[in-house]
Amino acid sequence: MLPVDPNKKLSFTRSICDGDLVIVYERHDNMKALKVCKDSVLQNRFGVFKHSDWIGKPFGTKVFSNKGGFIYLLAPTPELWTLVLSHRTQILYIADISLVIMYLEIVPGCLVLESGTGSGSLTTSLARAIAPTGHVYTFDFHEQRAASAREDFEKTGLSSLVTVGVRDIQGQGFPDELSGFADSVFLDLPQPWLAIPSAGKTLKPDGVLCSFSPCIEQVQRACDTLRSNFTDIRIFEVLLRTYEVREGKRDCGQADGGNLGSLPRKRRQRSSEGNSAHDNLSYPSVMARPCSEAKGHTGYLTFARLKCLS
Amino acid sequence: MSQNKSQAVIIQNPRVTWEGCSVLLDINDGDRLVFARLSAASTLKIGNKNFSLQPLIGCPFGSSFQIEIGDKGPFLSRFVASIEGNNAQEKEDFESQEISKDNRALVDNNKAQSLTGEDIDAMRRQGATGDEIVDALIKNSATFEKKTLFSQEKYKLKKQKKYAPKVLLRRPVARSICEAYFKKYPARIGFLRVDTLSLLLSMANVSANSDVLVVDMVGGLLTGAVAERLGGTGYVCGTYLGGTPYPMDIVRIFNFSDEVCNRIVRAALTELSLTPTVTLEQIHQQENELNMECLSNPQMSSSVSIEEISPSEKEISVPVPENVVSLVNKMGKSTKAGNKASQQAIELWKENGFSSLIIAAPELDIWSLLQDIWPLLSNSAPFAIYHQYLQVAPCDSSLMPSCILMMPLATCMHNLQLGKMAIGLQISEPWLREYQVLPSRTHPCMQMNAFGGYILSGTKICSS
Repeated sequence: MLPVDPNKKLSFTRSICDGDLVIVYERHDNMKALKVCKDSVLQNRFGVFKHSDWIGKPFGTKVFSNKGGFIYLLAPTPELWTLVLSHRTQILYIADISLVIMYLEIVPGCLVLESGTGSGSLTTSLARAIAPTGHVYTFDFHEQRAASAREDFEKTGLSSLVTVGVRDIQGQGFPDELSGFADSVFLDLPQPWLAIPSAGKTLKPDGVLCSFSPCIEQVQRACDTLRSNFTDIRIFEVLLRTYEVREGKRDCGQADGGNLGSLPRKRRQRSSEGNSAHDNLSYPSVMARPCSEAKGHTGYLTFARLKCLS
Repeated sequence: MSQNKSQAVIIQNPRVTWEGCSVLLDINDGDRLVFARLSAASTLKIGNKNFSLQPLIGCPFGSSFQIEIGDKGPFLSRFVASIEGNNAQEKEDFESQEISKDNRALVDNNKAQSLTGEDIDAMRRQGATGDEIVDALIKNSATFEKKTLFSQEKYKLKKQKKYAPKVLLRRPVARSICEAYFKKYPARIGFLRVDTLSLLLSMANVSANSDVLVVDMVGGLLTGAVAERLGGTGYVCGTYLGGTPYPMDIVRIFNFSDEVCNRIVRAALTELSLTPTVTLEQIHQQENELNMECLSNPQMSSSVSIEEISPSEKEISVPVPENVVSLVNKMGKSTKAGNKASQQAIELWKENGFSSLIIAAPELDIWSLLQDIWPLLSNSAPFAIYHQYLQVAPCDSSLMPSCILMMPLATCMHNLQLGKMAIGLQISEPWLREYQVLPSRTHPCMQMNAFGGYILSGTKICSS
């Protein structure tokens, strides 16, 4: 997924090979990840696709089934992975992930701790941010979940950047051998306040901690604990409002310069100089409006910085 | 693990300041934000006095400083905040007091404080520290005891800001730089909010070893943020229309190593475009223009310092090229970021394409720009375009038929769809709300920024 090997970088000359991970794009809300295997086929409502037809084609290409249906084959990215991964837990999405990486000040070479691993959605983006020289240590107390995460990181080619441990961070804290090494710590735990003292020990002075909690009561308690040896405590909620854009016909019959201002925003407007000329005409227009449905809440992001005491 | 430790020893510890390093000084919890370059001669003005920044050199980022009185007068001195004790008791006190106290007895008649301005000046002359003055003010306040614990805290903080200012040493990284500019001079970074910037970097899949093409008309913030994520691998290439690159002074505020600076390059869009091959003459011409841009830097630097600076304070504003240059000479290394992309690199990009694209160019017509840039972007490459305007259209509606309408991102998205140029297209608008979380006083912050701009993102597909 990541160009850890510079030769695997996306390019006009790089083509899909046997064994590559590809994202099969049917529609924006229908994608899946697949390993290309020359003897394999993909079967869906558009027909049967032979993997062997894909080999040698560039990423981003449109491929056809036996029935003439088509899909696109995309190079995997952490964003696409977040949309196709198998949900073993509730996962973090792009808005929270992006703010977490930025606010935790994660750059290549950083050592980052995470608990729990969950489905590995954030972990994949953490790995991208610390590559090629840093490392992510991620912990989950659920053995099977940790094993599935490990398999996923193997599949996405991130295993050299990520170590998955089975450990109850709320109960046992982070391993002692990591003490004082972490640049950043991310907690997604039901009782984050139990893990905060240990997170404080593993962080470098001025290192940043983030705790993700869906409920304000969790935030309240986490903040009470944080105040003893953390500073710069900031709590955010971040959401995305998306827009739908479509082409439609707009009746311009009554349109004149005077009422243009009252038309819906962002709507493409076309009129001609002579108003009388376009009476009762309709024009194809680009119409945009915010999507009616959106996520109203994901979680609160609590950030804090370890005090410099030496 | 041990490998990591030894690495940290060899490389300049990025968590401790050094002579010549760029810092962000946060005075009184964000009341003032000043970018500075630390040297023996640099100073910071607090109140009506200049303080040397020498004591900040060699201190860890995150340390705080306050004013102390020495033999030679006041100076900045580091203080280490103690770990707060068990605050459970405090909380209980607060909760019980909260019930019994209110503001019915407070009368605003300006008689509450018995200490006069002269008294305070006298204390100062006798060498009282700021904290002592704050204590005296509290002792001499007739109403302090009647206030709730919460308003006592507020009172103390207000007086502390005035009489015992604190300076916090912050690391200039994409997060802090973006927040500082957004707070003080948002127009200079095209109103690019920190969460929007973070989304651009994710959506464009900026990762080590990638070659990122940017159109950065936000002062270099975008270029710097991308370079930070590349960590000295891959390239961030800033492209521009016409002969003059867009200013990127903000890049110099980051403490980038040479390896990182070398990965920040610039090339005119005409040079990058596939046809026609650039003649040697044109290259020379462009080089000259680039040099001219360097010469005009002192002028540009003034647009970058966060605070309006008096001449005596000039040493501390960042970036002051003279300072940077002298530093470079002393250390015998070049820290110039944004060199012209080599012909070799340009050829390579023409052959392979860029692996991602980010545009933050509020002043350009996005669609026509995108059409020119499109062939440079590799297949399956993700892109993200930032725009702060809902609509860009001529005021005079009678002009509309005769000119290209710029309904910036919606039109752009529609055209990309029609042309079957990209998939996964989405226009999104981030919404960010900050909270105050305190015992019994948790609520969203009273003031919030209501707009983070629009982003059009998607993935390029092969043209059929």
